[in-house]
Amino acid sequence: MSYPHRHLLGIEPLLPEHIKTILDTAERLREVLDRPIKKVPTLRGRTVVNLFYEASTRTRASFEVAQKVLSADSLTITTATSSVQKGETLLDTARNLEAMNPDMIVVRHASSGAAHFLARHCRSSIVNAGDGAHEHPTQALLDALTLRQKKGRLEGLEVAIVGDLMHSRVARSNIWLLTKMGARVRLCGPPTLIPPGLDHLAPVTTNIDEALEGADAIMMLRVQMERMAGGFFPSLREYHQRYGLTVERVKRAKKDVVILHPGPMNRGVEIASEVADGPWSVILDQVTNGVAVRMAVLYLLLGGAEAAA
Amino acid sequence: MTAKGGHAAVPPGFVLARELMDGQRLARTLSRMAHEIVKHDPEVARLVLVGVRTRGVPMARRLARLIKAAGGAEPPVGALDITLYRDDLTTVAGQPVIQGTDVPCSIDNRRVVLVDDVLFTGRTVRAALDELVDFGRAARIELAVLVDRGHRELPIRADYVGQEVSTSRAQIVQVQLTEDDGRDCVLLLDREKPMAAALKAAPRAAGKKKAARR
Repeated sequence: MSYPHRHLLGIEPLLPEHIKTILDTAERLREVLDRPIKKVPTLRGRTVVNLFYEASTRTRASFEVAQKVLSADSLTITTATSSVQKGETLLDTARNLEAMNPDMIVVRHASSGAAHFLARHCRSSIVNAGDGAHEHPTQALLDALTLRQKKGRLEGLEVAIVGDLMHSRVARSNIWLLTKMGARVRLCGPPTLIPPGLDHLAPVTTNIDEALEGADAIMMLRVQMERMAGGFFPSLREYHQRYGLTVERVKRAKKDVVILHPGPMNRGVEIASEVADGPWSVILDQVTNGVAVRMAVLYLLLGGAEAAA
Repeated sequence: MTAKGGHAAVPPGFVLARELMDGQRLARTLSRMAHEIVKHDPEVARLVLVGVRTRGVPMARRLARLIKAAGGAEPPVGALDITLYRDDLTTVAGQPVIQGTDVPCSIDNRRVVLVDDVLFTGRTVRAALDELVDFGRAARIELAVLVDRGHRELPIRADYVGQEVSTSRAQIVQVQLTEDDGRDCVLLLDREKPMAAALKAAPRAAGKKKAARR
């Protein structure tokens, strides 16, 4: 049981046993969050920089909580208050931060490949906290941890991923992870939000009722308004009518279906409030598991002596 | 490796120096330790046993049952994984596997007996004490070990000791418990010398005989 890499850039290059190592470690670290004193000295003296070029609540907060619980020193830089505003490039910012000797950089960026780019040019361990429409590995890991807790396994699960497949890095990371772990994935979204080639990864439909039929789990994707320059669908109301998850539609899935959403939710667009707050929803479990998964990633990348590569 | 003919399984790379305890002696020793724990403070209602993973946990469970037999209630048993508190995390290669900590009740104002199989440098106990402190303020923390083999690197001593053994630093004391290993015994092992290992690799039988004589 080990994790042999120095970085976590995406799910695609990982082997199933690496994914299992991260999930098992997260499972055991979660207990620390329930202790009277929620802090262990494991990563004392390690420094982590959180470099966020895009807005984030959950991911950023849970990385910060995980760092504090494991006693790593961390600082968070968001573009709104940094020299990025003055035109500094990603590489220059990263190099200057590296001159302060951090052990890890957690990066979120609007461009796909930003984390890989930093990994090529930096000494530190790089963790991808979301790069453009490419990958968001820690989100897929926390989704998998939640599913495994609720269903006892990942293998053989029928998972429907529904919504804005075009812009979703969460979908890509989840498709990789779930198929590697033996789950069966079906994808569903409006035709304008299905990128070409996606059907090589998993079966795709534009009919939500078909996608939900007999599903063990439903992963809803956020309609990413900020990334939509053109008109991908006529109106939010129409989106909700055709692709929104309603109580009626949930009934097509298995009785014990669980519903995940990576947040932030657009209530009344991709998901109805009664569903988001309903008995099937595991959305808040996802958030707690997010801290555990990020603790596991920090521990596996920074605990132990410097890895070779 | 399988145990054969009643002899304990010796892990590869080691040869048996001697058997420190067999199953019967181990059972007697644990029973005596349980009695000592009760004798020290007969009010066992406030007692909690906390085993240090891996072998400390089944050992603590057995002590709990023996304490019940010796007089009174069976104390709750917890498990500590001290990995997150190790002082050598920055130097060990790779990442030690996290097995998880489970402390079943509050330890505030309770008497805690920390249970481990072997007391050696004392660094594991130091880490365990640091971890326990984060779970609350115990009225008192005591230490029970099956074997004290010396070579302390920290000012730590045990309150209940199954057996004191003088060892060399290079030797290994291995406790095997039925729950994890399929048999009860305590072994003192020597590292196999490169020469002996080579002999063992070539004519297997000759190497084995030589190892057994030492």
